[in-house]
Amino acid sequence: MRGTVLGPVWAWLLAFVGLPAIVLAVIALAQPADGVPPYELGAGFDDLATVFTDPYYRDAFLASLRVSAICSALCLLIGYPMALAIARSAPARRPLLLLLVMLPFWTGFLLRVAAWVGLLRDDGWINAALLALGVIDAPLPLLHTDGAMIVGIVYAYLPFMVLPLEARLARADPALEQAAADLGAPPWRVFLRVTWPLSLPGVAAGLVLVFVPVMGEYVIPELLGGPGSMTMGRVIWTELFDNHDWPMAASLALVLTGLLLLPALALRAAPPNRA
Amino acid sequence: MRRSRFLGGCLIAAYGFLYGPIALLVLTSFNDSRLTTVWTGFSPRWFIALAGNDALIDAALLSLRIAALAATGATVIGGLAGVALARLGRFRGRGLFAGLLAAPLVLPDLLIGLALLLLFVATQQVVGFPERGAGTIVVAHVTASLAYVAVVVEARLAGGGEVLEQAAMDLGATPLVAFRRVTLPLLAPALVSGWLLAFTLSLDDVVIASLVSGPGASTLPMVVFSSLRLGATPELNALATAILAVTAAGLLLAWFVQRRRFGAGR
Repeated sequence: MRGTVLGPVWAWLLAFVGLPAIVLAVIALAQPADGVPPYELGAGFDDLATVFTDPYYRDAFLASLRVSAICSALCLLIGYPMALAIARSAPARRPLLLLLVMLPFWTGFLLRVAAWVGLLRDDGWINAALLALGVIDAPLPLLHTDGAMIVGIVYAYLPFMVLPLEARLARADPALEQAAADLGAPPWRVFLRVTWPLSLPGVAAGLVLVFVPVMGEYVIPELLGGPGSMTMGRVIWTELFDNHDWPMAASLALVLTGLLLLPALALRAAPPNRA
Repeated sequence: MRRSRFLGGCLIAAYGFLYGPIALLVLTSFNDSRLTTVWTGFSPRWFIALAGNDALIDAALLSLRIAALAATGATVIGGLAGVALARLGRFRGRGLFAGLLAAPLVLPDLLIGLALLLLFVATQQVVGFPERGAGTIVVAHVTASLAYVAVVVEARLAGGGEVLEQAAMDLGATPLVAFRRVTLPLLAPALVSGWLLAFTLSLDDVVIASLVSGPGASTLPMVVFSSLRLGATPELNALATAILAVTAAGLLLAWFVQRRRFGAGR
């Protein structure tokens, strides 16, 4: 019984999660070569060192960190009032409001990005509206900029912030806020001393759920970002497909994996039910 | 009172942000003009063009096949993983088990796809297998989505049911019979929603599929992505509208079925 349950799962996890991680590390230490596959095995730490020393890769790391930080902060800023409003709404209406947050998921990730291309390009909706209003005389270059990339990422990842936050806020006991208010705390103080601290595990979960995948995001920087928006995702992709430098791509991926597993482990170590 | 009005305003603005771009996309898909913002008349021409686009249709059919297979695989393996986590207690290697299970859940798709690509290339070099294509996409999608099923199943089992299994076994059922007659029916809703989640994830994925696929197999997102790189086309707007219509119909149906079932229960 135990074996039938555990056996297939262990086999799958070791073959397709454990083994790939080892292969990734081995190829990160290999040397690039002409041929199929384009590497020669060996133990060279040059590529791993290059990740930290070469300004091109360092800048890509910093760019990704910056984009992830800005986007998680914006998601929190937009998502918190949204989550709070849903958590406070009438119980009968809550499922519908939550469904409306999740619904865009099912329209297809790429097509949602395509919607922003239609909004932002030179002959798109925003430029057309501004031209019609006479605010501008010539279309603004909105598409293929850092701003377009950030808006696109916030748009795509907002539900990942709202859902864990809402779950947390809905679980908090409303009597606590009531008590604080009855004891004379003004609304802002009730929020700062009761609502916000109680929601912190949800805030942490939402931040991780946005920050981590955005660190490796490739599609949105590629479609909405400019030629200068070289994030880690795009750099890894370029090394793999354009430069055919697989050891470099593997080194970058290995460093990124290490970096991303740290906050995830920290979140797991944190007591989940502190409130 | 003032605060709830503020929150209500935020909520409306946020839903506007979420749905505005989609609404404009749907509107554009019915525009006769090739230009996004110049309305020359209502026309279904982009839907007709879409229906005649064999490359897109073939890619969509391939995507559906891959998603069905991947979702089924992820439901079996992820379901077993969820049962193990909820019912087997502190089995040996549980920490490593949970870690390997959660890794694809927390890591970006790019890293999952890259590591699996390197694995497939290496094994192909050593043992001549597997040929990259639809099969490797299915394996990669199972790997990427099985943790979602495991989480749903574990949550469902954590909500109780152990007592029922105990009762069945006290009444003489073997563990296997108890599992089949008690645990499995209890799990059914979790397995269905896990399957649907894995199916959606597979249908929506472009990064993992692009990395692990071979020259022969292009899924719908891969085709959409390569045409988006050249710029959005009205045909893609029509595709988005069509997908939205199918999704909305599916949700309405699910809502209707659930309501009827609830009604019958009362």
